[in-house]
Amino acid sequence: MVRVTRRAFLHGSAALAAVTAATTAPRLARAADPIKTAAIYTVPVEQQWVSRIHLAATKAVERGDIDYVFSEKVSNTDYERVMREYCEAGYKLIVGEAFAVEEAARAVAKDYPDVAFLIGSSFKPDAALPNFATFDNYIQDASYLSGMIAGAMTKSGNIGMVGGYPIPEVNRLMNAFMAGVREVKGDTKFQVAFIGSWFDPPKAKETALAQIDAGADLLYAERFGVSDAAKERGILAVGNVIDTQADYPDTVVASALWHFEPTLDHAIAQVKAGKFAAEDYGMFSFMKAGGCSLAPLGTFDGKVPADIVAKVQAREAEIKSGAFTVAIDDNEPKSS
Amino acid sequence: MDAIEIVFTASLWAAAIRIASPLIFATLGELICERAGVLNLGIEGIMTVGAFTGWFTVYMGGDLWTGVMVAALSGAAFGLLHGLLVVPLGLSQHVTGIGITLLATALTSYVYRVALPEVTSPPKIDPFQPWAVPIFSDIPFLGSALFNQTPLTYLAFVSVALVAYVLYRTPLGLAVRMVGENPAAVEAQGIDVTVLRIGAVMVGSAFMAVGGAFLTMSAFNSFYFDMVNGRGWIAIALVVFGSWRPGKALLGAILFAAFDAYQLRLQQIVAGIPYQFFLMLPYVLSILALITMARRAGYPRALMIPYRKGER
Repeated sequence: MVRVTRRAFLHGSAALAAVTAATTAPRLARAADPIKTAAIYTVPVEQQWVSRIHLAATKAVERGDIDYVFSEKVSNTDYERVMREYCEAGYKLIVGEAFAVEEAARAVAKDYPDVAFLIGSSFKPDAALPNFATFDNYIQDASYLSGMIAGAMTKSGNIGMVGGYPIPEVNRLMNAFMAGVREVKGDTKFQVAFIGSWFDPPKAKETALAQIDAGADLLYAERFGVSDAAKERGILAVGNVIDTQADYPDTVVASALWHFEPTLDHAIAQVKAGKFAAEDYGMFSFMKAGGCSLAPLGTFDGKVPADIVAKVQAREAEIKSGAFTVAIDDNEPKSS
Repeated sequence: MDAIEIVFTASLWAAAIRIASPLIFATLGELICERAGVLNLGIEGIMTVGAFTGWFTVYMGGDLWTGVMVAALSGAAFGLLHGLLVVPLGLSQHVTGIGITLLATALTSYVYRVALPEVTSPPKIDPFQPWAVPIFSDIPFLGSALFNQTPLTYLAFVSVALVAYVLYRTPLGLAVRMVGENPAAVEAQGIDVTVLRIGAVMVGSAFMAVGGAFLTMSAFNSFYFDMVNGRGWIAIALVVFGSWRPGKALLGAILFAAFDAYQLRLQQIVAGIPYQFFLMLPYVLSILALITMARRAGYPRALMIPYRKGER
């Protein structure tokens, strides 16, 4: 009688998955021993935040640093199972997001001490769990600079902001953006709204239209759909995490970009050196580390007042040198 | 602007009509199914299918109206599946409907990824644009609220009138209403109950799918997973709210959408209240309205009761 244990079954199915991935993924020039890396996303790779991680991983694959497979749209209830499957299949670096599964993710890390976990989290790493490092999109530096440009570009002094949920990752950037606006235009009025969903562009668009009706002439586009409302009504928008100016050339004036490369590359180096530890990778998203930047003005080159551009550049230099620090404020932003 | 003034702005009502449009299609679709005696909980999934297929057709180079047709046909296909399972086989309509929703949403995700494996942001199409109805759009207030919408919105309103006419003024409509009340009487008239019910579910599902397509082809211009976001479930409540009558259901959809558009604007005026409260508002008011309306609602007598020939 053949007995199939759960573990054997997992090995088998994971191996099958790995073989499938290995045969279908385009093979590029291979360096010595790329690290077997698996990413587990709770949303599709189209989502702004995850798309940046995916991009950095794809670049690392091209360099030959890692072998990369990913699972997208994994529900939170299923997250732990997928983590364990990859661990059982011999993956050495797991990249993921534990915002809704903090405890479960840490439990998995405890069971697989030889696997390095680089996990997006609102919390800090724990010294007792040396293989579990956390990161987050600490791009407040870039958000601040995009806010300065927004402050210069709004005529009515009324800015609309539409977010998904007021979680630290969203609040932090909104607050930094608002601080940047206030540096340039102190009396700006902010309309802040959350739609209670990550993926409902029609709702985000309707919310933005309501803000425009109430006098906003510049929108902070945290969600898909907001820039579309701005475009439709012929006003401006400031982007966030990704650069969407190519899709909205006359609308998106500036964007705060997140670069995941410094975070991932540090993790890869640590794993290679056998020194991966429970570090807080948050600072690798800071501007100093190259983790974020202000997107080039592009189509708005010359349309943003020159004195503001000079001011922004001066601030950028100060942030990089450490002379100026953008405050990290994770509190829910309020309308003013 | 204060909280009361907003109610009298045309932009609020224009937004309400926009938000209502997908709900009108979906509610109408569910109403047709239920009038024929079949509860269709596949609605959420069927809307997702319509949202995808309509958008994808246009993305692949199809005409906008071709996209609408493809959405309707793919919705009808899932309606056929639901109909075959619950009408001749008489399976539980609740379980089958939920199953259809799960299948349809998962299948859509799968097809999307297979068709577009390498995209980093979902591709966009040129959606339906607002079209001002000549003369009517010049009417003050009403013109900018109602007659400066996209063609799909006008189609939604025309569909309500059409469905109401067919249901109440044609022999076919009489048969559909009767099969939801007393299928044996329909059988006695020499009409095939199975064919009639499956047909009604297919037509209803086609309407649902067009409601989904509205999201990707009119309200927005690209497809996202989970973007239907519970609109299908609202439609089911709206059918009860409208006492299974197209006109009242239309009213319910507009009322719900108006609350939604109102809370979006109210959020910016009333400070100090958590945003969740505002998002909740349309749902709470709908439940309240449902409680008062549903007391008098007469549901189709044979709703959710499978018909077995010759059974006494």
